[in-house]
Amino acid sequence: MRAETLLNACVLLALAAVPLWAWVADEPFTITLATRLAILALAGVGLNLALGLGGLVSLGHAVFFGIGGYAMGVLASHAQSYTPLTDWPVLIEGTKSMPVIWLVAMGASGLAALAIGALSLRTSGVYFIMITLAFGQMFYYFAISWPAYGGEDGLSIYVRNGFPGLNTLDPIQFFALCYAILALALWAMARLMRSAFGLALVAARQNAARVEAVGIAPYRLRLVAFVLSGMITGLAGALFADLNRFVSPVMFSWQTSGEIIVFVILGGVARLYGPVVGAAVFVLLEHFLGGLSEFWHIWLGAVLLGVVLFARGGIIGLVVGREVRRD
Amino acid sequence: MTEVLLDIRGITKRFGAVTACEEVSLTLRRGEIHALIGPNGAGKSTLIGQIAGSLRPDAGSVWFDGHDVTALDTAARARAGLARTFQISSLAMEMTVLQNAVLGALGARGRVMRFFRDVMRDSALRAVAREALDRVGLWDVAAHRVGDLSHGQRRQLEVAVALTQAPKAFLMDEPMAGLGAEGSARMTRFLDGLRQHAPILLVEHDMDAVFALADRVSVLVYGRVIATGAPDAIRRDARVREAYLGDEALP
Ligand SMILES: Nc1ncnc2c1ncn2[C@@H]1O[C@H](COP(=O)(O)OP(=O)(O)OP(=O)(O)O)[C@@H](O)[C@H]1O
Ligand SMILES: [Mg+2]
Repeated sequence: MRAETLLNACVLLALAAVPLWAWVADEPFTITLATRLAILALAGVGLNLALGLGGLVSLGHAVFFGIGGYAMGVLASHAQSYTPLTDWPVLIEGTKSMPVIWLVAMGASGLAALAIGALSLRTSGVYFIMITLAFGQMFYYFAISWPAYGGEDGLSIYVRNGFPGLNTLDPIQFFALCYAILALALWAMARLMRSAFGLALVAARQNAARVEAVGIAPYRLRLVAFVLSGMITGLAGALFADLNRFVSPVMFSWQTSGEIIVFVILGGVARLYGPVVGAAVFVLLEHFLGGLSEFWHIWLGAVLLGVVLFARGGIIGLVVGREVRRD
Repeated sequence: MTEVLLDIRGITKRFGAVTACEEVSLTLRRGEIHALIGPNGAGKSTLIGQIAGSLRPDAGSVWFDGHDVTALDTAARARAGLARTFQISSLAMEMTVLQNAVLGALGARGRVMRFFRDVMRDSALRAVAREALDRVGLWDVAAHRVGDLSHGQRRQLEVAVALTQAPKAFLMDEPMAGLGAEGSARMTRFLDGLRQHAPILLVEHDMDAVFALADRVSVLVYGRVIATGAPDAIRRDARVREAYLGDEALP
């Protein structure tokens, strides 16, 4: 077995073992921490598809994270107040059902990614970064000035949304749900990385002229990657809102976009488990150092600097070295 | 089916004050190797770029297989059957040799939007890739990273990827560059056989190769075609000798 596969398996097992131990030891806070980790990792898995495989440095993924969050907030708030979202031309009611919320979250963030991608992918490099950032800021200020859903104060949901057959209020059950979704997303990503699409997308990152010369248009590859990426990050946003039972414009902020980038870079760009490792480091630093000092971001910055300077493949690259497929 | 597969009509390209191509017209016929020679900076690569679609001409048109392809982008022209090799190797450097070849086969086949099946286990694509790598003698290094290859091997891989595309015509920009005497001779033999599969528009500085291979030669000087004809006629052409070849350079 390849060293990286082994490492990935260990990470996945550890992420299950710690909350299980916490459950036995009756430490619900640790379970919540692990849940947060799994959800943030999922957001990073989404970004990794665009940034890692596609080379698209998006500083606007908070848009999708936020749309996912607000999809949950809007639907659930209407359901808890028994008012429909709209009754014309058709009646649309709120819902407390997670699967429905997830579909809406992914659909809405996919559409947003399609629109943003179609415009911004005509540029590249620093222009692309700036355009995605600008879209992020647009959504942020829109959310702040939209009084119907709490404006700047955000929106609280009193009871966590439901999933058939589970008690989502039980931390370990909600964790299991998030964990299963993360595992599913990682499995799909692993397949995608080895697929025809994945090969062409990565090749377009390394050399767009080469891909064009064999008859494949990089723009279409990147647009599809961007949409899929936005959908995964949107799903993570919906889960994140459900974890906190709260959404606010902060989910749309550029700091959120930056944090998701940090997960990917810390763990290892384009590495399957990069975002998981990166999110783990982030959550652990935040937990242990955040308790000691308000300025824990300084330490995060130091770790990030170290990784960028000394470990080009991120933490995973540092542990298992460069990855080349040999078949 | 007409004789002429590729028809370049009056192409002009300017970069600021530099006119890289001026009213260039030439044709590529089925079954032939048409060599394009000329001094450094004559506009050869610029012309290839406009035929392949990566550069847009200021005037003129490119006709391929009976259609005006001037408005098509590079990818569409490649799908129409134009395969190009670059003067400076242009490959996915972090990937393996085999992956680059499979990418070529994938581009030619289409159906790129497949997200689940392992592309490297696609036996049809692998077979195409393997055959191409075998033909240029790279199968032994199929699992090597392109970044670890020698310069000459990269040149060969450029050609192999073009082969995987099963094109109707090849555009080759100095495939022998930097190959050394033995490598050039091998490549010459190889291209000689290739013309049966598809005609080649061959940009080359290696005059031994050009005169050994070409059915016709065009000479580009300062962006203009100053002569087109059979190798012997070109060799004797006074303007060509004066403008470019220099008496001693002629074999
Ligand atoms: N992108 C560009 N911008 C500006 N000038 C360019 C550009 N590309 C080429 N040129 C100029 O156009 C002219 C033709 O260049 P080109 O590369 O086509 O020559 P070439 O015949 O391929 O030369 P060589 O034998 O050295 O490869 C040169 O004067 C070159 O400097
Ligand atoms: Mg050139």
